[in-house]
Amino acid sequence: MGPDEILGLLDLSESYVEMNRGVDKKASVLRGRTQINLFFEPSTRTQMSFELAGKRLGADVLNMSVASSSTKKGETLIDTAMTLNAMHPDVLIVRHHDSGAVKLLSEKVNCSVINAGDGTHEHPTQALLDALTIRRTKGRIGGLLVAICGDILHSRVARSNIHLLNALGARVRLIAPPTLLPSAADRLGVEIFTDMRKGLVGCDIVMMLRLQTERMQGSFVPSIREYFHFFGLDRAKLALAKPDAFIMHPGPMNRGVEIDSEVADDIDRSLIRQQVEMGVAVRMACLDILSKSLPDAGRNTP
Amino acid sequence: MSRLAFYNVRLVDPASGRDEPGQLMAIDGIVADLGPRLFERPPEDAQAIDGKDVVLAPALVDMRVQLREPGEEHKENFESASHAAVAGGVGTMVALPNTRPPVDEPSLVEFVERRAKAVGLVDIRTYGALTKALAGKELTEIGLMAAAGAVGFTDATHAVASALVMRRALSYAKTFGQFILQHPEEPALASEAGMNEGEIATRLGLPGIPAAAEAILLDRDMRLVELTGGRYHAAHISTRLAVEVIRAAKRRGLEVTCDTAPAYFALNETAVGDYRTFAKLSPPLRSEDDRRAIVEGLTDGTIDAIASDHAPHDQDSKRLPFAQAAAGILGLETLLPLSLELFHNNHLKLQTVLQKITSGPAALLGLEAGRLERGRRADLLLFDPDHPHRIDVDGFRSKSKNSPFDGRPVEGKVLMTVTGGRVVYDARTG
Repeated sequence: MGPDEILGLLDLSESYVEMNRGVDKKASVLRGRTQINLFFEPSTRTQMSFELAGKRLGADVLNMSVASSSTKKGETLIDTAMTLNAMHPDVLIVRHHDSGAVKLLSEKVNCSVINAGDGTHEHPTQALLDALTIRRTKGRIGGLLVAICGDILHSRVARSNIHLLNALGARVRLIAPPTLLPSAADRLGVEIFTDMRKGLVGCDIVMMLRLQTERMQGSFVPSIREYFHFFGLDRAKLALAKPDAFIMHPGPMNRGVEIDSEVADDIDRSLIRQQVEMGVAVRMACLDILSKSLPDAGRNTP
Repeated sequence: MSRLAFYNVRLVDPASGRDEPGQLMAIDGIVADLGPRLFERPPEDAQAIDGKDVVLAPALVDMRVQLREPGEEHKENFESASHAAVAGGVGTMVALPNTRPPVDEPSLVEFVERRAKAVGLVDIRTYGALTKALAGKELTEIGLMAAAGAVGFTDATHAVASALVMRRALSYAKTFGQFILQHPEEPALASEAGMNEGEIATRLGLPGIPAAAEAILLDRDMRLVELTGGRYHAAHISTRLAVEVIRAAKRRGLEVTCDTAPAYFALNETAVGDYRTFAKLSPPLRSEDDRRAIVEGLTDGTIDAIASDHAPHDQDSKRLPFAQAAAGILGLETLLPLSLELFHNNHLKLQTVLQKITSGPAALLGLEAGRLERGRRADLLLFDPDHPHRIDVDGFRSKSKNSPFDGRPVEGKVLMTVTGGRVVYDARTG
């Protein structure tokens, strides 16, 4: 997507924010359409967010959690796609633990596909909701200095945010221990810091990433204690960013690992709850735009 | 105000290149001044020491010793090691973390600092363990241990066998400006029961450890240093192959340093003789060709430092079949005379020998010690480089007696050791 398309999508999202805050949360853009949430990897909040978005737009939403499905019985990804195809869904929302799996699936089905996160590759709707959150708070995205901190190596959120923020004219810094930075990260159009205290100086937005438990016991970082000491966001480190800097986190948070509760819960600085709210609106906007390109689009609109 | 005045001494400081007759004055533990015409006769209120034209140099910096405390105090402890150190002219030593428990978390680094201060004879620093329990799997809290005072990170006598762990260690330690010290020996090729692979091992029926075991791990590690940009130090290199690997790496501009221990240029595998366990070391004593290559490596600067590799063991650990005996020998009290053999055999200049055991290791550890300079802590060594004597292990101050050098004729004797402006060893009074 180019900057204009992204900004158009954010504008549309704004209207859904208003709708979601109203009493009547129901639209009919997707009436008669079938949306299947196909999650090969469990994710309660993303799945719920998509489910809510689909239902508020009037679609019939099915959740297919693959932990209990036929891939466990040996079915390949493409066989699953063929099976789904035969059921004529209109939109597939796909989360998969392998990078590139969503693309492969999208080439084999006859409906629209939204990537809800694939491996350590991309999580586009997360980046969009982050952009919407930033724009509503700061009034703009261009020219802002955004620090993305933590487990960059394993993060699809980081990769999508780098692309999107760069496209909208923000400057991006990555802050992490070198064991959690992918190789050639500097080729992504970002500045790299391994010292958080230096990296946070002058930042407008501090975006923290989740560090998974199995990665903090000596394999990637020595201990929670050491990680929090050098790379956890607390008041002292936050003070190095701009005085009006805001904190974001894609959730779920590890309090005391990558973020101190004191800053996570600071209603003046933390945007974490807004991010969840924006998530539903952004996903509604995505579904809305996709529905316009579905076969027979316009049939339901008066 | 305490004043210590040396006169009639030959001032030798490898870091500045100074080598001239002169005097030195230390006030309150600091070198106040030094030079050829400092004073005609020492001031009345100073403790005056007539050097009788012997050498006054910086006290030695021993970058690798095993102190055995906590956990094996029957072999050595902070007191006995400190007394051995000052008798050997050592003013600063760095302990390996392979104690019981190992120094693998910040509180143990603080323990070493506290014990060192309590004994107070020499400056004792410690490396932190690189992996938890020295098991080679999970990184320790390198950042917090560095903040607590650890000067580098190593799994001591264990090689870090996993390339993945070494890669992460190099790049993670770099964040905190710390270096990794490796025991460079591919474990799969190095039987703990063994000696150098070759004719002697075959005749004795002992498993062989090939020279290639050292080079293989070093070769791999050089690739990882290149990949990560980390800082790496190879401990006690013992083979020609290893010298070549390090020489090539330095030429390529990698941040790599190395040291050796006196045994690897003073002895070769024939010292094992008839299963002498006092000649069992890790890495093992090597062939005569390897020994010569170590001397060449010291001469051309490939090898940056000489460490004593002090490894005390009691009788029970050594009076065993060769295969079962512990590896390692004493080093603190033989470091100077054995290193001076390089000078007496015309391989190295006196300055260069001293550089390898003072400013050389101090520089790569980032320590202030090892220099004779105004304003620095007065850690001094007065020694006679030509004094002939035989090494007498019975007179050692270490708790253990495992040295293969007992009775060896050497030249060079420590006369006095000063740390922080205080005389901590005087050969005349013992």
